[in-house]
Amino acid sequence: MTAQTTDVLVIGSGFGGAIPAYYLAAGGARVTVLERGPRASAADFTQSMRLGTYNKIVDVVQGDGVAVVAGNCVGGGSVVYFAASLRAPSFVFERHGGLGRRLWPAALTRAALDPWYDRVEEALPVTRTDWPDVSYAGGVLAAACHRAGHTCNPVPVAVDTSTCTNCNWMLSGCRFDAKRSLLLNYLPAAEAHGADIRPLHEVQTVVPSPLSGFRYAVGYTVLDPDDYGCTAQAGVIHAKVVVLAAGAVGTPVILRRSAPFLGGVPAAVGRYFSGNGDRVSVADVDERKARSLLGLSRPDGTAYEGLPVGRPITAATYDHLDPAAPEYSRFTLQQIYFPPLTNLLAQSGGSPAWFGVGKRDMRARWRSWLTLLAMTEDDNEGTFGAVPPTGGFIRLAPGLGQGTMTYHPTSRTRRAWDRADTALRDIMEKDGLSRVLPWSEDVADTVTAHPLGSARIGDDPATSALTDGNELRGHSGLFVTDGAAVPTSLTVNPSLTIAALAERAVAGIAGRAADAGVALRRDVPLPGR
Amino acid sequence: MDEPERRTVLKALVATLAGLSTGALETPEAAASTASESWTTQTLEAFADTLIPGERRFPGDMVVAGAVTGPGAVQAGVVGLLQSPRLPVAPLLPAIAALLDARAVAYAAVRLIWLSPARPPFVGLPFSDRTALVAGLFDPDDLDRPVWQVMSLLVGLAFDTAAPQDTAEALAQGHPGLTWLRFPEPGPDGLWRFPDFSYGRPLAVLHPDTTASGSPA
Repeated sequence: MTAQTTDVLVIGSGFGGAIPAYYLAAGGARVTVLERGPRASAADFTQSMRLGTYNKIVDVVQGDGVAVVAGNCVGGGSVVYFAASLRAPSFVFERHGGLGRRLWPAALTRAALDPWYDRVEEALPVTRTDWPDVSYAGGVLAAACHRAGHTCNPVPVAVDTSTCTNCNWMLSGCRFDAKRSLLLNYLPAAEAHGADIRPLHEVQTVVPSPLSGFRYAVGYTVLDPDDYGCTAQAGVIHAKVVVLAAGAVGTPVILRRSAPFLGGVPAAVGRYFSGNGDRVSVADVDERKARSLLGLSRPDGTAYEGLPVGRPITAATYDHLDPAAPEYSRFTLQQIYFPPLTNLLAQSGGSPAWFGVGKRDMRARWRSWLTLLAMTEDDNEGTFGAVPPTGGFIRLAPGLGQGTMTYHPTSRTRRAWDRADTALRDIMEKDGLSRVLPWSEDVADTVTAHPLGSARIGDDPATSALTDGNELRGHSGLFVTDGAAVPTSLTVNPSLTIAALAERAVAGIAGRAADAGVALRRDVPLPGR
Repeated sequence: MDEPERRTVLKALVATLAGLSTGALETPEAAASTASESWTTQTLEAFADTLIPGERRFPGDMVVAGAVTGPGAVQAGVVGLLQSPRLPVAPLLPAIAALLDARAVAYAAVRLIWLSPARPPFVGLPFSDRTALVAGLFDPDDLDRPVWQVMSLLVGLAFDTAAPQDTAEALAQGHPGLTWLRFPEPGPDGLWRFPDFSYGRPLAVLHPDTTASGSPA
């Protein structure tokens, strides 16, 4: 039997994987993409909360002290995310965190990353939105900010707003192909240049290849589409260059499982895990106050009652992003919508906090809830424990897994959350407009949809797993380009930064491919151009 | 519960989610109608009713405490759903119910609450005590916390999302939880679209340091 070979093997098809896959394929390399999730497209994305639909393409991975929401399909997080596309503020790149010195590589600043942000914004493309694009929920946040003396901005999104139906089912994938997921740009462009994307291929190990001319051999299992816990077959592909982009929960696990075969991996692999400082709260809005204090009313006469209407993210305030303020005090406050899957987590005030009569009463006012996300400066305090037997976590059921990460917020992270909570109350509780309550930690601990930092870039080998070009230290030709590489929480949604860093890493990846004898064309245009 | 048994129960609970995912389940209403009034059923119904209370189903209903009027988790069918013989969790529900009843006995003993031998201990507790007991199950140090976390997840999914059913179908059938939330109806083709979604006017001043794309500078 002939061994399977490829020039560039990409593990994962989210932002970190799709972008290098496109450029290397368009440059002339043989590219293979292994994706652990299934392949789905608009026709498959049902507007339904029936189990067996969304939970085939989204995973909730419960660790010790943290639950992570992650994409599980071709296109990765881009298929199920809420498309908010923000550049990280300049101060983020200067963060010191708990270590007391600059964490990002010296070569990386906001100005250095801006050209790469430009490319991604053009490729997706990202739409700068205006007030007519802001949902009722975003409007309540904006009006409340204004009344409290704050600014508020419509949020740029990777959405074609002319075809968006404002249905609010983004977590299930976009039925109308209005969301500019990777299924509509980098991935089809990569395939047009010959890239081979294989869904339901879950990578287990990366080991040195015994084949002449190939650096790495990547072992995978093929998952049963009806039961991801069952394995149909296994295989190995030999590659000259490997790009690992399995997500910040998957990537460190694959590397640690492979460590004995690779002769070890940097100590920072599986450390410094961050939840982007995510902190979700519910404001239980008083409809009469929304009318009298904010002057809001809808065509049908109601003041708000708009939680289920619109896109999940439409407005945010940047007023707490002061570069001169001390670390752990800066954050973005953003309006966000989650389907009622998460209703259990909403507190209702009083005792008990999250269940019982008070909570049921609050559910009757569900349409008047305003769900809000603070993205703060956390401490990268998460770590990964024992490696599970296969995959990135133990699969319990479709869409539910037991992970090995531990995240117990430090006092600094708690302080950052408290500051965001206080600011949110100052805006949303002014004159009794609403009652603000953070999600309960009793049921799922801290919840994040933005896992970062578990194999981060940096200049210091002791605290970063990757060079500033995203190459794993001590392992030539093995790159990590997903959220795992992002060294700190960002105070904004991370997708655009993950994508920009992947764009920036392409030159180094192409260089290693060229070193291995892969002839590559230069000056590859943006996808679709 | 000892450690291996706890793991078995957890695995079975999550296997329940897998069973739901395949759609191999009757609607909760149908399942609820065939549920027997065993001690296990009564205990699990009382647990679900503590999380999302509903009104008594008949005069003298002791299982549903009747803390409110209108539907709760029991009306939304969560316990009938768990007890479907087609789900692998069914054989383990007695162990979970027994665990809860054991906690109820201990709770009552230290508070000198008399429990009728004619009813499961948890059912015998007044609603306020059920509430206090359940709150304690989520103590971060409680060994069985993961069991109650998954059970709570199922209760929530049953009420808030009509988990075994297509959402449009569940709404059309008047699912108690979705109706309670006033979840919006889809259009005639079964899809949701909101042509009216925005106040459509400036509602705040923009941050002065905003980039051309709309990001923070």
